[in-house]
Amino acid sequence: MSTPLKASISVPRSKDLEVNGVKYNRSSSRRNNFEMYAWLFMRLSGVVLLVLVFVHLWVNLVSPEGGVEAVDFAFVAGKWASPFWQVFDMLLLWLAMLHGTNGLRVIIDDYAERDRTRFWLKVFLFTTSAFVILLGTLVIFTFEPCPAGADPALLASFCAAG
Amino acid sequence: MSTAHTPDRPEDGRDDDPQDRAPEHGHAPGHDQDDRAGYKTDADAGSVDERDEADAPAVDPAAENAEGGEPAARVELPEEQQGEQEIPTFDLTLQIRRYNPEVSDEVHWDEFKLTMYGTDRVLDALHKVKWEIDGSLSFRRSCAHGVCGSDAMRINGQNRLACKVLLKDLDLSKPVTVEPIKGLPCEKDLIVDMEPFFQSYREIMPFLVAGGNEPTMERYQSQEDRARFDDTTKCILCAACTSSCPVFWTDGQYFGPAAIVNAHRFIFDSRDDAGDLRLEILNDKEGVWRCRTTFNCTEACPRGIQVTKAIAEVKNAILSRSM
Repeated sequence: MSTPLKASISVPRSKDLEVNGVKYNRSSSRRNNFEMYAWLFMRLSGVVLLVLVFVHLWVNLVSPEGGVEAVDFAFVAGKWASPFWQVFDMLLLWLAMLHGTNGLRVIIDDYAERDRTRFWLKVFLFTTSAFVILLGTLVIFTFEPCPAGADPALLASFCAAG
Repeated sequence: MSTAHTPDRPEDGRDDDPQDRAPEHGHAPGHDQDDRAGYKTDADAGSVDERDEADAPAVDPAAENAEGGEPAARVELPEEQQGEQEIPTFDLTLQIRRYNPEVSDEVHWDEFKLTMYGTDRVLDALHKVKWEIDGSLSFRRSCAHGVCGSDAMRINGQNRLACKVLLKDLDLSKPVTVEPIKGLPCEKDLIVDMEPFFQSYREIMPFLVAGGNEPTMERYQSQEDRARFDDTTKCILCAACTSSCPVFWTDGQYFGPAAIVNAHRFIFDSRDDAGDLRLEILNDKEGVWRCRTTFNCTEACPRGIQVTKAIAEVKNAILSRSM
């Protein structure tokens, strides 16, 4: 007479019971890997972001001649003329936004006590994050380095050549 | 034989030292935090002393094992207690959070001025209040010696077993505060409803599930396999860890450290076959991924279990199973 194996074991989980605002049982039994991937993403993106952020700071603020004063329209236009910096900045944008959004999602889960509050805070969070990510991506790929009719003094040096 | 005295402890002639004898409360005070040495009960008191004598020249295991050391005694007790001399006494103020729904929904704090002995614990102070001053005070305690896990409470803002905290280790210049553990519904005074806590415990199936050929005798296990989950076998289900967890305080939906520790005990047991099922249960939205590694649970555990480490091991097991 062997012990029944996995399939026949049901997890004891009685119906939702709530007394004086205290939930005695877990209200949902959502079983998927989302939380695991979110946890893993935070760790991996954190490591990558450390590199990206410090390279970004160095390239924009320290390495150009004149330091932070040198950053202007022409500087940004010059950077985004290169596909490398386009991909670099897009990666930085996406990872930073997703990392931050997930962090705030976790904070909402930890500190908001009512499900309704959680829901609306998250709706607001996800809407704003999606807006920033899409707008940023759009700007990176549709950026016009030499707008017609602009003062040539403000533009990058390669605009005059063309 | 508190830590403060350990270096001066005479190796023989111990009988002259009333402080050093196994005290009336059962265990040798110096071993309050000696959780690594396994379970010790009153019945072991004799053997504990023998072992101590054998080990005397070596480093005191209590000092070696207690994470961060035992709290230094804050009340100076005379170094040598000779023969007939009495155990020193001191005065303290005890503040207890009172709640009785039959009388009022309001919570209030009661203050008691007590004179206690150097060997007394917080539980003795609570007993003194209940038995001699205010019989209406309610709290749980069963064995009163750190094994049953009934008297977990918030002492000076930290989750502790009242029967394991010596009064002399607390800062007695300020009042000592005692509250029920947080995050579970308070029923009266220091008593909380443990049902949500035990519900999580039941959900991780805290029992051996073993298939295959049924052995005629016991199921053998190597010492290495046993050592793999030794730390998490020490849990006494006092709820000190779960009720110290800020994630659990929010809405009580998180499984909590205690449930994960007890799942760990079976997941890493070589004789158990339902590890995958338990990992699946803890891969829940409210499972191990809600752990924020604040280490409150490890700090609160009266048995010295490395709770946060156990949770991390379960996280790793879920990851390596899914990848």
